[in-house]
Amino acid sequence: MPKMVTLTIDNHPVTVPQGTVVVDAAKKIGVDIPVFCYHPKMEPVGMCRLCLVEIGRPMVDRATGQPLMNEDGTSKVQFGPKLETGCTTPVSEGMVVHTQTDGVTSARKDILEFLLTSHPLDCPVCDKGGECPLQNLTMRHGPGNSRFLFDEKQHLGKNIPLGELIYLDRERCIQCARCVRFQSDVVDDPVIGFYNRGRKLEIMSNSTPGFDSIFSGNTTDICPVGALTTADFRFGARPWELKSAASICTHCPVGCNLTINVRREAKSGGDVAIKRIMPRQNESVNEIWICDKGRMAYHYAESKERLTSPLVRKGADLLPVSWDEALDLAAEKIRSTGQLVTLAGGRLSNEDLFNLAQVTQTVNGRALLYTHMAGGDLVARYGLPEGSDLGALGKGDAILVIASDLHQEAPVWWLRLKQAAKRGAELIVLNPRETRLDKFAGHVVRYPYGQEVETLSAFLPGAQVPEALQAVVSAFQAAENAVVFYGSEGLGLDGSQAVAQTAAALVFSRGKTGQPNNGLVAVWPNGNTQGAWDMGFKPSADLASAVRTADVLWAAAVDPAGDDPALAEAVDGARFVIVQELFLSETARRADIVFPAQSFAEREGTVTSGELRVQRYYPAIRPDANIRPDFAISAQIGLRLGLKLEARVSSLALLQAVEKVPTYAGLSYQRLADVTEQWPIFGRKDMYYGGTGYANSQGLGVKLALAADGINPHAAKESAGMPPAAVNGLVLVPMTRLFDRGATVMPSTLLHQRLADKVLQLNPRTAEKLGLDNDSDVLVAANNWTVDARIQLDENVPVGVALVPRSTGFPVTAPLAATVTSRVAVPEVYGGLRS
Amino acid sequence: MSEYVLLRHRDIPDLDQLKVYLKNGGFDAWKKVVTSMEPMELIQLAKDSGLRGRGGAGFPTGMKWSFVPNNLWPHYVVANADESEPGTFKDREIMESNPFQFLEGLMIASYAVQAQNSYAYLRGEFWQIGLKLNQKIAELEEAGFLGDNLFDTKYSLRLHVHMGAGAYICGEETALLESIEGKLGQPRLRPPFPAVAGLYASPTVINNVETLTNLPPIVQNGATWFREHGTEKSPGVKVFSLSGCVNKPGNYELPLGTPFRKLIYELGGGIPEGRAIKAIMAAGASSALISATDAALDTPMDYESVANLGASLGSASVIVLDESVSMSWLAQKTTHFFKHESCGKCTPCREGTYWMAHILDRIEDGGASEKDVDLLFTVARQMQNKCLCALGEFSTMPVVSSLEKFRSDFLARVDGQTR
Repeated sequence: MPKMVTLTIDNHPVTVPQGTVVVDAAKKIGVDIPVFCYHPKMEPVGMCRLCLVEIGRPMVDRATGQPLMNEDGTSKVQFGPKLETGCTTPVSEGMVVHTQTDGVTSARKDILEFLLTSHPLDCPVCDKGGECPLQNLTMRHGPGNSRFLFDEKQHLGKNIPLGELIYLDRERCIQCARCVRFQSDVVDDPVIGFYNRGRKLEIMSNSTPGFDSIFSGNTTDICPVGALTTADFRFGARPWELKSAASICTHCPVGCNLTINVRREAKSGGDVAIKRIMPRQNESVNEIWICDKGRMAYHYAESKERLTSPLVRKGADLLPVSWDEALDLAAEKIRSTGQLVTLAGGRLSNEDLFNLAQVTQTVNGRALLYTHMAGGDLVARYGLPEGSDLGALGKGDAILVIASDLHQEAPVWWLRLKQAAKRGAELIVLNPRETRLDKFAGHVVRYPYGQEVETLSAFLPGAQVPEALQAVVSAFQAAENAVVFYGSEGLGLDGSQAVAQTAAALVFSRGKTGQPNNGLVAVWPNGNTQGAWDMGFKPSADLASAVRTADVLWAAAVDPAGDDPALAEAVDGARFVIVQELFLSETARRADIVFPAQSFAEREGTVTSGELRVQRYYPAIRPDANIRPDFAISAQIGLRLGLKLEARVSSLALLQAVEKVPTYAGLSYQRLADVTEQWPIFGRKDMYYGGTGYANSQGLGVKLALAADGINPHAAKESAGMPPAAVNGLVLVPMTRLFDRGATVMPSTLLHQRLADKVLQLNPRTAEKLGLDNDSDVLVAANNWTVDARIQLDENVPVGVALVPRSTGFPVTAPLAATVTSRVAVPEVYGGLRS
Repeated sequence: MSEYVLLRHRDIPDLDQLKVYLKNGGFDAWKKVVTSMEPMELIQLAKDSGLRGRGGAGFPTGMKWSFVPNNLWPHYVVANADESEPGTFKDREIMESNPFQFLEGLMIASYAVQAQNSYAYLRGEFWQIGLKLNQKIAELEEAGFLGDNLFDTKYSLRLHVHMGAGAYICGEETALLESIEGKLGQPRLRPPFPAVAGLYASPTVINNVETLTNLPPIVQNGATWFREHGTEKSPGVKVFSLSGCVNKPGNYELPLGTPFRKLIYELGGGIPEGRAIKAIMAAGASSALISATDAALDTPMDYESVANLGASLGSASVIVLDESVSMSWLAQKTTHFFKHESCGKCTPCREGTYWMAHILDRIEDGGASEKDVDLLFTVARQMQNKCLCALGEFSTMPVVSSLEKFRSDFLARVDGQTR
């Protein structure tokens, strides 16, 4: 525990930890000292000078060191000749702070008047108007009239794209540097900075492409004026027109808490439409940050391409039918036909997955999880238990990350681990190539793709530790607490199984299972992959044959046919195909029945994060009347099969799940809505730090109990390994890029410039050997497929392999030998065009 | 031999040549320090001499050195050769004509805090001096005065010249450090002070060129000798940069405590065309104006006496203003300077200088009313005591003091009256 310090603020005593600054101490007792540049997530700089207060300190007799006393026995306090900045001054014992004296209030008025002299006061057309700290603080503390001549105001650019996602209004900027400091200090992307000086000081981007950061949207939340706006929201709505709904991001396993802002609009036929997504404070999950994918990849929910009616195949065509007709047919097929194979994706909610699994089990079907990652059962047993918090990891704790590019796979975890390392945690990164996490790691271990288990096994007790690894292994073993993250860099299902087993064995070997801040975390490809495991879904080692031999294939939130030609063929082989989807995917096109499903924005539900936190999302927009949530679709099929499944209210569906899944015991929507006070204080009406989305009154989530079935994990004997490369070929290795080309990202056209490209990333030496150059167009061939791709050279890629980003059109689910041939250029025909 | 302590080149031709400098006792002090003095002894000597910083603040040099903690390493010494105060041109003459004495002083200060790498930070406009210093440093390395294991001791020292890009704010010591680190020149928050966390977050001493140039003679001749000149609280000599409405502007090396009258009339040859003196700016553009009364002219130029006039001696850049000068014109000039040089980091300085400049332009153009004169005063006052560093505070000094003392000059411009 840090030493506590007691001081007096406006005659109220307050006791806070040593090192707290005056502004925060005041906040503790409800005294608002106004600020612009100060932000509790960043080091203070004392630039804006708005937080000036009177600060007195007890006087001490220089000779004796004794405190000087007044006659009435109180200690004599000496006030400085000047006002001091409350945001930069740490508290000290006996300090006396005055925040409401004439001197202080007039100083606030003075500073606000100064700020407003250069401010355009275009509040009526400003996106921030209505949720603007400058506006609010001016109303409360500022002068009513301006003494500055309007004609002498300086005018600057109002429409400056720092990149394609963030726009700068130079007139509105008050030079608080929150954005600059956030980019350099918080997320280590120092891609914006100040240029020039004095009144000409302005923010500029110094990266190509502009504002090249996956966290850029956060600067628009912390901007205390309307200087930074997202291309997504700017000129979109006035803040007071917006209603908000609490939500959870389902793009990755972090489970960032979101606020979805909506309003009624003509373009939605007078119905509510999503205007923007903002972070919602959850200090145990995402603090107040989200990545740009979470913020901007939501447009799929309102896409015009969404399915709007159940479809049934009649002859060659899929034709709209009534729900009853489609549901009756589906139930009939499931009841009367042989083998049911249910294939579900990690985008679904726990309720959806539970109902799907129940129906499947009733008819002795197979509940398969569509994923390239294994180990959900192990995470359920050895995961991070109640009381764990990545934000609390620091000195004495170790964090080991293997086979993951966290910056791309789960950006906010990357951020949290970076901060943990800064607090003194021993961060150990094991990966075949350099990632953005390396810089913050105490130890970085490189291994060749396919050597995951061999590398990780060195950390097991009693293992033969190669000399090069001795320091890192003993650092890991010496740690008080240890968290192990495993991802899917270069791994298919087999490889992932071996890594997960070994990682679980490593966690288990420490004997701290169930203790806070000890456990296994899987960097899942989807937001609720863990929930799918918990509800009974498991991946299949031979998915293609499972699908091909199915009498009924029931696919929910997955598109195997779109991902892989081999799976498309398998889907064609299934005798009857039922699909629940948002869009008419490749798989849906091949289906016999297609059910239109609701998106996360249209319904409620719960998801389970990679840290085993169950969280609840709420409906934000009204679904089309003819679209149903996945849990209802499966329940309605189940009802026709005689099952008692909840088809109307998802909170009741969770209660049914809780009965059957022991680790979920005791969960309810009420509990998931519980909130306790969080620190620092964000999102109150005063908008002290800006960001109207931060307030979290709808739930912080609940950590799951660990599954206890007494089976001890065994480390895998060896990695899945790598297939041998053919002569003049190489091995394609799948990896994950944040901005993927999945169906939930593509409709957000704003992100298109940042999407992962269909490229083979090669080491220049590999390329040279194959006679390829940067930007070469090539044909990649393996198994029964060939695809066109482009070569991208990258020194970081190990020699002999080619990295292929998942979702970009390579049907590569695991390391795969392939041949790469340069596409022969068509000779130029004089006067003609190249074909 | 020379009567000068600092401007010895005025008596000794080619003192900027190493062999000439050596012939005149050059680097004897350096050798003495490295071979026979403990750092603590040197710090005590500086304290005993009473040498105060010549950059403007007048902080005791020995005390500044003693703040450097001995449990944090490495240490750095930075010579502040930014000399950007309008009206100050003393360091330039020293570095151009007596560069070795300055470098020797920098080396002695480095030894005092056991810095192994020290910097001379020059304003960008001094690029020719920068080239010259680099050449001199190379000669010193060649001659064995700089480098590893100096005079066969364990002490090693290297000097580096760093050029600024031409910003007044980089004369502020923490902005200067940011600039050396390659960042935008903006002052840092204090604490931590540079003595604890300065250059590259390491303990750092920042001394003015002239301060450092005093060190070799102090080492050679002792503290008592140094105190023979100047006053008790402001001992030693000082280079006064005299400019403005005087017949003979230039640098004058005089004991601290010399009265203004002697500098302006005796040495400076008085005011051109026999005009009457009106005011004095003792600290360049950052000065509060001193009304040039008889009492003021007889005031000794030392830190305390000038402070008693409600002004500051600063770096002793004495700008003389005579009766032909309108103080509203003067305030416009200084304010435009500060507006141009404000770094923009803190609100009152960034916005206040901009606002003041606009009001002063209006006053000078005859487009203002008396209300604007009052507004100018309140704007300047509302900047005071709120700025992050001294630049913003300085910018208000000429404005407030000229309005207090020469308000009629401003009123002569209002309501359509132009020159």
